[in-house]
Amino acid sequence: MDNIAGQNSGSKLAVNITVLILVLLWLLPTIGLFVSSFRDRDQISNSGWWQAPLAVDLNFRTRVAADNPREENGVFVLEGNVFADPALASSFPEGTGTVSAYGTRAVAPGEFPAGEVSELRSGGTIVVERDGSYRIESAEALDRGPTLYFEARTPPKFTLNNYRTVLFADGMDRAFINTLTVTIPATIIPILIAAFAAYALAWMDFPGRGLLIAAVVGLLVVPLQLALVPLLKLHTEIGIGQSFLGIWLAHTGFGLPLAVYLLRNYMVGLPRDIIESAKVDGATDFQIFVRIILPLSFPALASFAIFQFLWTWNDLLVAKVFLPSGAESQVMTVKIADDLLGSRGGDWGILATAAFVSIAVPLLVFFTMQRYLVRGLLAGSVK
Amino acid sequence: MSPVLQGILTIIIGVGGCVGYFYFSNIILDKVIFPAKGPQAGRNINRANQVRPWLFLFPAMFALGLYLAYPVVGSFWRSLFDRSGANFIGLGNYFDLFAESTFRTAVFNNLLWVLFVPAAATFFGLLVAQLTDRLSWGNIAKSLIFMPMAISFVGASLIWRFVYSPNPDIGIINSIRDSMGMASLDPLQIQFWNNFFLMFILVWIQTGFAMVILSAALRGIPEETIEAAIIDGANPFQVFFKIKVPQIMGTIVVVWTTITILVLKVFDIVYTMTGGNFGTHILPSYMMTYMFRDDGRATAVAFVIMILVLPVMISNIRQARKEMR
Repeated sequence: MDNIAGQNSGSKLAVNITVLILVLLWLLPTIGLFVSSFRDRDQISNSGWWQAPLAVDLNFRTRVAADNPREENGVFVLEGNVFADPALASSFPEGTGTVSAYGTRAVAPGEFPAGEVSELRSGGTIVVERDGSYRIESAEALDRGPTLYFEARTPPKFTLNNYRTVLFADGMDRAFINTLTVTIPATIIPILIAAFAAYALAWMDFPGRGLLIAAVVGLLVVPLQLALVPLLKLHTEIGIGQSFLGIWLAHTGFGLPLAVYLLRNYMVGLPRDIIESAKVDGATDFQIFVRIILPLSFPALASFAIFQFLWTWNDLLVAKVFLPSGAESQVMTVKIADDLLGSRGGDWGILATAAFVSIAVPLLVFFTMQRYLVRGLLAGSVK
Repeated sequence: MSPVLQGILTIIIGVGGCVGYFYFSNIILDKVIFPAKGPQAGRNINRANQVRPWLFLFPAMFALGLYLAYPVVGSFWRSLFDRSGANFIGLGNYFDLFAESTFRTAVFNNLLWVLFVPAAATFFGLLVAQLTDRLSWGNIAKSLIFMPMAISFVGASLIWRFVYSPNPDIGIINSIRDSMGMASLDPLQIQFWNNFFLMFILVWIQTGFAMVILSAALRGIPEETIEAAIIDGANPFQVFFKIKVPQIMGTIVVVWTTITILVLKVFDIVYTMTGGNFGTHILPSYMMTYMFRDDGRATAVAFVIMILVLPVMISNIRQARKEMR
């Protein structure tokens, strides 16, 4: 079908380019997050992530030491190099750099280009050259050196510091474990319950079956918001309250309609012959289910498991309502949305890293199990 | 007890309990209540088989009833009471809501979301599905566009902050404006249009879903119909719009309604991006402002969402019943 009429190489090129642009558009924001999570905090706020491999103009401050002023022709002269400041050694390990601009006030750190002579507030003049050497001239004796601000090119710097902070210092490790604790039982328990119900709805004959299937389809779209208030009240009344047990039960209940619906759709499609010959051979329904249906339905079970896993891992609403709000039971989504965005709103490196940690596991699951996910989607919606 | 241990214990109790329930209830049914021996063996087997479906169904039906069916009634009932829950005020909560301008904005925005997000996601999904169909690297392209499906709404919101941020050194949009010499602005504070910027995040997530399903549907179209159209002289656009799209209309509707339902549940994006400020509230996020503060109002908002979902629910049930016949 490659050379059918109406398709020429020109349109093929156009298609390739269009798809490439779309893919890049879709990918770009995520790449931005990923790159930012490895960048230094100062670099993030001074240049965009797309400039990450380039050098950045960063602002520095240094205090000029006034220890050995010389006297030349009646004026006091102070000379030195800004890069020699030991406090800046971490940024300029070789003690050299390029100054692009300098200033003497904190509000205008890049007021004058390098090489230009400017007035000091205390009287006298100052000049900072591109190589960092400065020369201060003053009619009076300089008892303390002025504070200098300067802009210098710094090479791109990638660090794992953000990950260190997020994973070990910021309580994110706790949130990660909490998320896992919520997710795993909430994924496994509904599968079993739903599988039995799906088998009954697919292969057992009883009055009211059609009605029940319709009810499941109807419940599929009931907005979760309706359940929050009455169920929280119910949980409090029976003593569960806001707890892990409560959120497991809630996720189980909310996941069931999709599970029953997906699994029933899949089980109906299994070959009738196998099930009937098993019945003729004297197998009970329980045996048929355990020995035949369950193994054959593995793809559907896997696809629901992936869905439920992604959904519970990524959930914010249910976790906010059914879990207590303290740090010891916060899941990652709540931690990011309520904690980090508030307290670390400006610290983009930490935010990006936290977000990346929270999406890493779902992405891993997604890329390794994509096959089953697609199959499940198709079983659910294409007839 | 640490939550991890509690979790492991819950898995064991949950899974063991399920297996035990199904196994032992079957044994009791077959051996104790209706034993398949004695003078009434035949009748007993039949009776046991009539009861068994309900054994299989009971746990699921119980959970569904308690966690989804009961709340519909429970929420509506609660919404008829005031904040304390003690005084019956009829539809008072609803009247109060409609008198509030934020609520009306939320309803209006929600309608925008319901119209725009499914339409845009389906459009992009169909576009990508069609374009990648014959591409050698189509599968890679598809899986990259599908990827945002795995990302949480909270994660997605953070990702998009790196696009929308008013700081030209962080937000891409403002960096482009900056390089063209324009002053930076905060896209999320531009009234009315900020809704669309938020919606696009959800479109970004949902396009992959639409694409996967529509691409399978496109593959299912019989080749003969396409070949016949090409022989008759149809150009690629005519083939697409007049031959392919009508044949997958059913699937397009399914995708559209599925995304519509999802749109009515998502509160995370608004919550993390703007917190409902700058006129961006939608009903789910608006409900959360009352959650834990005024249960009567919160349930009333939830029930308004339910009413919005109702038409989709009815059409879904109709569709399901039609398929079963």
